[in-house]
Amino acid sequence: MTITFAREEIQQTIKMIHEENLDIRTITMGISLLDCGSEDISRMEQKIYDKITKNAGQLVTVGEQISARYGIPIINKRVSVTPIAIAAAHLNTDEMVRIAKTLNRAAREIGINFIGGFSALVQKGFTVGDLALIDAIPQALSETEFVCSSVNIGTTKTGINMDAVLKMGQVILKCAQLTADQDGIAAAKLVVFCNAPEDNPFMAGAFHGVGEPECVINVGVSGPGVVAKVVKEFPAADFSELSNLIKQTSFKITRMGELIGRAASKALNVPFGIVDLSLAPTPAIGDSVAEILENMGLERCGTHGTTAALALLNDAVKKGGAMASSHVGGLSGAFIPVSEDAGMVKAVEVGALTLDKLEAMTCVCSVGLDMIALPGDVSAETISAIIADEAAIGMINKKTTAVRVIPAIGKKAGDRVEWGGLLGGAPVMAIHPFSSKMFVSRGGRIPAPLISLSN
Amino acid sequence: MTLSLEESNRAIITILGRDQTGIIAWVSGRLAEYRVNILDISQTIVDEFFTMIMVVDLNPANIGLVDLARILEQEGNEKGLQVKAQHEDIFTFMHRI
Repeated sequence: MTITFAREEIQQTIKMIHEENLDIRTITMGISLLDCGSEDISRMEQKIYDKITKNAGQLVTVGEQISARYGIPIINKRVSVTPIAIAAAHLNTDEMVRIAKTLNRAAREIGINFIGGFSALVQKGFTVGDLALIDAIPQALSETEFVCSSVNIGTTKTGINMDAVLKMGQVILKCAQLTADQDGIAAAKLVVFCNAPEDNPFMAGAFHGVGEPECVINVGVSGPGVVAKVVKEFPAADFSELSNLIKQTSFKITRMGELIGRAASKALNVPFGIVDLSLAPTPAIGDSVAEILENMGLERCGTHGTTAALALLNDAVKKGGAMASSHVGGLSGAFIPVSEDAGMVKAVEVGALTLDKLEAMTCVCSVGLDMIALPGDVSAETISAIIADEAAIGMINKKTTAVRVIPAIGKKAGDRVEWGGLLGGAPVMAIHPFSSKMFVSRGGRIPAPLISLSN
Repeated sequence: MTLSLEESNRAIITILGRDQTGIIAWVSGRLAEYRVNILDISQTIVDEFFTMIMVVDLNPANIGLVDLARILEQEGNEKGLQVKAQHEDIFTFMHRI
């Protein structure tokens, strides 16, 4: 065996981990619950609990061992399950809440950070189970700690289910009202998707799609700090060079995800699904996507030029990352959550970044309007209209878009909310004062778009 | 050639910190005690800042990598040194296909 380690490479790896916040954001185990159905709700709860604790019982221990072995932090261990509206389609709303509590209990038992999949796919219409689940979301999320929920309300192939969009505006508001004393945290665990991926390891939107295997390991990487640093080091680089620098860095970040995914898959004896190439920021200083854009030469994230800078970043991340992994999937792109990114928060505070600009930015990156606090007096219909706009962007551009907004009950634009941990905190953002009520209340579906004649 | 995913039992030990007497004596003494074989050492001092990279083989060892990493990190901390022991794959994987 030859020894072929370059000193510079070893030092660079160590520096990326210890000084630039490179980490593995999550190892997420997807588990199918399709075989857990039962007429007897107690029996079904037991089957779900047993299946999750049996399959993922070692997930946290294995994650910690791998983290120690390779000397790289693994921030979260999570589980995603089959959308409950499918796995438990025969249950009523109260029983759906019981299932959410079962998921929560299983999550606590195995020590994971989140469990996703309290979900429904209603892009074309509702089943009885879908309606029961959606009605259960506010209570389920406000009475559990670890459970995350998502609802897919549109796809490029089916169009947008505007009845579902209208309903989700009400559900989000209700979630915030039920947890008003915690700045509406239940709404932070709920995401509304267009074109939801079935293998996403990131929360709140992770669920285990019906095309997925029995059990699978998906990995989400992080690393905005590493990219921000390299962009800062080369202020004179032109756009071609800039793109190459980001590609090289993204390659290295993604290789870490590939390594950890393979190791976890082997240790747990579960197939390795995908690496999600996302650049996921954290509230930690220096781990910010906004900072990358500012290092490219923008005085503040959100000013003119931000969309172009983000487009370049997002594309380069994907190009570099795709080379590094056997299977890429999930959301894969730069995330632009507000509360989870210190640079975004700052940009909002100084008035550089608005909701409208964020919407434009979501046209060129993953994922959507994410972790945004809205004034507490926002109407359900306005939230629905925000969802409709974002879903339209996803539908037309054949990409995933999502909305995770949190009405800050009792607060107004400029006030601050705090959720803590990875969710961070943020100033409440201003919204348009004009009504969209008549538009979103029309009912029915927005038809699927033509995908030729593509200008 | 496929990359060794945990097929090898080699690790990279890195030590960073202010130069002082006995750093190498301490770490190599500890490694000998645990029967960890040193394959390669490279060491430099820039502005009194000590950096050392060591490739070691844990095949003959009577300690696992995770425990070794924890002990070296703790004892290094007491000497004001940042000491990491990591499986070699993290370095090979990051920079190569």
